[in-house]
Amino acid sequence: MLARWRGVAVPLVLIVAWELGARAGFLPADTMSRPSLALTAWWGALGDGSLLQATAETFQTALIGLAIGTMIGIVLGLPMGLSPTVEAVIGPTFDAIRPVPSLALLPLALLIYGFGARMEIMVVAFACTWPVLIVTVAAVRNIEPRLIEIARMLEMKPLSGTVRIVLPAALARIGVGVRVAAGIALIVSVTTEIVLNPRGLGYGMMMASQSLRPDLMWAELLWVGCVGCAFDAALRKIERSWLARFNPVPA
Amino acid sequence: MTRRGLLFKLAAVAFAAAAILAWQGLADLRLISPVFFPSPARTFAALMTIEARGDLWRPMAATCERMFYGWIVASLLGMLIGAAIARSSGARAYLQPMLEFFRPLPASAIIPPAILFLGLTSRMVVTVIAFGAIWPVLLGSYHGFRTVDPRLAEVAAMLRLKAPAYLWKIALPSALPDIFAGLRVSLAIALILAVVTEMQSAQSGLGFNILMAQRSFRAPELYAGIAVLGILGLFVNRALVALEARLLRWRTLKV
Repeated sequence: MLARWRGVAVPLVLIVAWELGARAGFLPADTMSRPSLALTAWWGALGDGSLLQATAETFQTALIGLAIGTMIGIVLGLPMGLSPTVEAVIGPTFDAIRPVPSLALLPLALLIYGFGARMEIMVVAFACTWPVLIVTVAAVRNIEPRLIEIARMLEMKPLSGTVRIVLPAALARIGVGVRVAAGIALIVSVTTEIVLNPRGLGYGMMMASQSLRPDLMWAELLWVGCVGCAFDAALRKIERSWLARFNPVPA
Repeated sequence: MTRRGLLFKLAAVAFAAAAILAWQGLADLRLISPVFFPSPARTFAALMTIEARGDLWRPMAATCERMFYGWIVASLLGMLIGAAIARSSGARAYLQPMLEFFRPLPASAIIPPAILFLGLTSRMVVTVIAFGAIWPVLLGSYHGFRTVDPRLAEVAAMLRLKAPAYLWKIALPSALPDIFAGLRVSLAIALILAVVTEMQSAQSGLGFNILMAQRSFRAPELYAGIAVLGILGLFVNRALVALEARLLRWRTLKV
């Protein structure tokens, strides 16, 4: 209990100092604003629905991009994990593409799709593919060899054996990669909106900053932080229940 | 085995070459739009033009400079804060919840306030990079200093090493592998943030150049710029891996 209070103490002291410093005029009002004003701005943005709509827009692109990236990662990762030959042949090509910073694709996505949800989804999907791909390859390679023997013994076709035996056995570990990718998806979405795309939470912050509404800007910054934290916590929770459900019985 | 390995290497090169040739073929046959997907040959020609125009090395140096400054600030601060939190349970109790809040915050989210405070300057870019790149180092350093072998700590206590000597001679070397893992992730983040912030703030650099190429619909230059960024990312990562291998030679010797 005491430990929890100690954790709250530092942010609390900082916020009180911020408020008092701003009221006493030590902090520039046009950049620092005041926590109380930020709270008011947050309440206002929540009330008129703009904040929730921006949040929904950001999550829409983040989740769709995550879904697409996850699918590509798994579809590419399964054959690479199952066959060392495939990995040796096509792996280096993907290794060469991977170090491209995902956000360097922003101008390209803008060129292809123009402003809007689709360009953001493309960049998010690119960023999310890699963690899922890497984890899928490792997960498939590490599944119990006897499972693959069973698939062979049952004379399953390669495709149905992969879908019905290999994929479920590897799912628990692929889930870990998806959680990492989900965190990346939200970050890439917000960044895309801050840099280019006129929609969602990132754009809202940028607009607040440029229209000299520091109170609204701080409110949105803290909101992004809270949403990010909640998302992270939710993902961890899902991962735990997921692992409990899909973890294969140890041999 | 080696012959098999060589065969695989050849096959890998052949696959990459086939992919590029297929792209070239599709572009030559006009099956894909030359506006969005210029052929590899045109992209390479654009790269040569950029280089001849003097638009390659100078922007690259500018991007790298900001990336390194931000990364170095992030590395030093991250190592110090990570070590402090790992060493002191008091610091852990007071600071950890706040750091937990900041960690999932997108680093780019501090661009708007950073612009308000520092304007569209190089200092703003470095600040944003440092803030975004600090977390992997901080976590790596925290983990590394937390998991120092207790026997090593006992040895230090027996030798009556003072705290600074213990940190420098025993804890730091033992934490270095974890710190290096963090440093590598941080460097990748620093490159991404350098590209993003210069797009945002119109600072000269590779990121700004590819945005300009898009604005004027010079798709080959855009692809060339993205390829250069990919090579740069690969190169800095390899350089750091080599440095790690050198600094941590003792680790491989021991095993």
